[in-house]
Amino acid sequence: MSVHVKYFASLRQQLGVESVELAHRRDMTVADVWQAVSRQPPPCNLLCACNLQYTDFKQAVADGDEVAFFPPVTGG
Amino acid sequence: MRIEICRQPFAPWRELSQHQDQHLAAGSFGACAALVGSMRDFNCGEAVTRMTLEHYAGMTERQLRQLAEQAMHQYALLDVLLLHRIGELRPSEPIVLVAAWAAHRAAAFNACRDMMESLKSRATFWKKESVASGERWVQANTPG
Repeated sequence: MSVHVKYFASLRQQLGVESVELAHRRDMTVADVWQAVSRQPPPCNLLCACNLQYTDFKQAVADGDEVAFFPPVTGG
Repeated sequence: MRIEICRQPFAPWRELSQHQDQHLAAGSFGACAALVGSMRDFNCGEAVTRMTLEHYAGMTERQLRQLAEQAMHQYALLDVLLLHRIGELRPSEPIVLVAAWAAHRAAAFNACRDMMESLKSRATFWKKESVASGERWVQANTPG
């Protein structure tokens, strides 16, 4: 009964951890996940994904979902 | 269609030539447009000696496949080849190869550009550079 939370790039480096498991709660959103794991407002350029797709902070999170947070992308 | 994330250096022009020889019938296409992005030894006014590229395994592969499929459909392409490096790179090494084959040049040009811009703005890769003062994450891509 948990949500898998992943971090990438500079965010992972700042937090010093690649991933955490978070207990799932009813009516949980991506914003709730961020608040629970970071205890601070999201940086203005923070991006998020749920189950390998971009999403927004209002997205509902289900038990077993994978939620990721990361800075702007810089590939190519 | 071939989409691949490469952990080791690749030779883009050899990959392009081999893909064309093996997967496209002679005479079936009128145009191939390709973009090879490679690592510079400078950025933001500083010399860059090394770069590390990381990605979101699973999500990135899905994104690359989706943007290639979108271009195949939108431009009626005959084929797409898309390779992207991850790991540690040195200056001059190729980072990305995007190639589109089509009956006519407009479709090939436009598809190649669209796929590249979509990759740059959406695909989950991140660059970290080594400069004289240490390491730094690249904050944003330069405008196309």
